[in-house]
Amino acid sequence: MSSPKDLSALMRAARAGDGEAYRQLLGEVAIWLRGVVRRGLVRAAMGVEDSEDIVQETLLAMHLKRDSWDDSQPLEPWLRAIAHHKLVDQLRRRGFREHLDIDDHAETLAAPDKGDEGSSVDARQMLSTLPERQRLIVGAISIEGHSARDVGQQLGMSEGAVRVALHRALKLLAVAYRREPS
Amino acid sequence: MRTDQLIAALVADRTASAPFVRRLMLSLLAGGLVSLGLFWLTLRPRPDLEPALETWRFDFKIALMMLTVLLAFGFCRDVASPIVRPHPARRLLLSAAAIAAAIAAELILVPQASWGTRLVGSNSLICMSAIPFFSLAPLAAVLLILRSGAPASPMLAGAAAGVLAAACGATLYAFHCFDDSPLFVATWYTLAALPVVAIGAWAGHRLLRW
Repeated sequence: MSSPKDLSALMRAARAGDGEAYRQLLGEVAIWLRGVVRRGLVRAAMGVEDSEDIVQETLLAMHLKRDSWDDSQPLEPWLRAIAHHKLVDQLRRRGFREHLDIDDHAETLAAPDKGDEGSSVDARQMLSTLPERQRLIVGAISIEGHSARDVGQQLGMSEGAVRVALHRALKLLAVAYRREPS
Repeated sequence: MRTDQLIAALVADRTASAPFVRRLMLSLLAGGLVSLGLFWLTLRPRPDLEPALETWRFDFKIALMMLTVLLAFGFCRDVASPIVRPHPARRLLLSAAAIAAAIAAELILVPQASWGTRLVGSNSLICMSAIPFFSLAPLAAVLLILRSGAPASPMLAGAAAGVLAAACGATLYAFHCFDDSPLFVATWYTLAALPVVAIGAWAGHRLLRW
C-alpha cells in the first residue's frame, strides 16, 4: 500500500455495484488484517501458522455483515470492530482469556505492512465442507476465475441461480470457519 | 483456497439487502401485526376505550409505551453494530424518568389509603401473561433481523430485542388493561417484561453469535 486510500469511498462504490472497487478494498483490508492477526497471535503467545485462516474468516464476516456498516460513518472503526470480534473469538477458542487490544500498533488501516506474502498461502480446505454443487460453483468462480454467467452456462443454471447458490455457499463457509477448531 | 481466490468469490457475490434500520422496522411491523391479530382474537381493547382516552392516566400509559418502543428501537439498532457504544441502554432512562414523574403525581393526587389498591390493581396476572404472549411474534421478528447484524455482544443484542418486543407487547396490552395507575404500570409492566428480556438474552447468546 503506497498511498493511503479512502476505504469508505471504496465501500460506497462497492455498494453501488463497482466490483473493481470492492476487490481493491478487500485486497487492502486483507493486507492490513494479516498484520493485525499475526500481532494478535504473537501477543497471545500463539503460533501464527494458521493466521491466514483467521484472515479469511474475518474477510468472510466483513463481506456477509457489510450491510451493518452505516455509510454515513467512516468505514475504518467498523472494520476494526469486526476484526477485533473475530480475533478475540478465535483466541478464546484457543484458550486465551486476557484482554487484547489490537489497535495500538496500527494507527491507520493503511499503515504499510510486510507486503502481501500470505495471500498465496493455501488456507485450510474449507471448500470441502460444502455440498457438491456449491463447491463446484465457488471453486469455478474463486479458483478458476470464471464469471457467474460462465459458470451458469457450464452447469445449465441461470446467472441469478448461480449467484444465489454462491451467496448460500459463502454463508455456509462462514459457519464452517466458526465451527471447525483450527 | 487462497485469500485472493476467496476475494474473487466475495466480489462475485453481489447480494445486497435494504438498509438495516428499514429491515428492522418492516420486520417489527410484521411481528407487531401478528400480535395485533392475536390481541384482536383474544383480549381486544377495553369496552370503555373512548372515555378512557379522556383520562390522563390512560393517555400517559399509552404514550409511555409508544415512547419506550421508539427508545428500544434505537437501543436495538445500536447494539446490532460491532462497534461498542458506551451505555446503549441509557436512553431508556427517559421512560424511567417519565414513569417516576407520573408516580409522583399519582402519590400527590391520590390519598395514601388507596395507594395499595392501585398498586395491586385487578389485572396483574393477566398482565404478567399477556405481555409476554404478545411479545413473542415481535421478538422473533427482531431476532431474525439482528441475525444479519454484527452485534459486539450477542447476549446484549438479544436482551435489547427483548426490551423492544416487550414494549410492543405492552403497547397492545395497555389498550385492554383497566389498571391505569402509574403505580400499577411501573410495577407489573416491568415485571412482565423481565421474562421477555431474559428469553431475548438467552436466544441472542445462542442465535446471534457470528
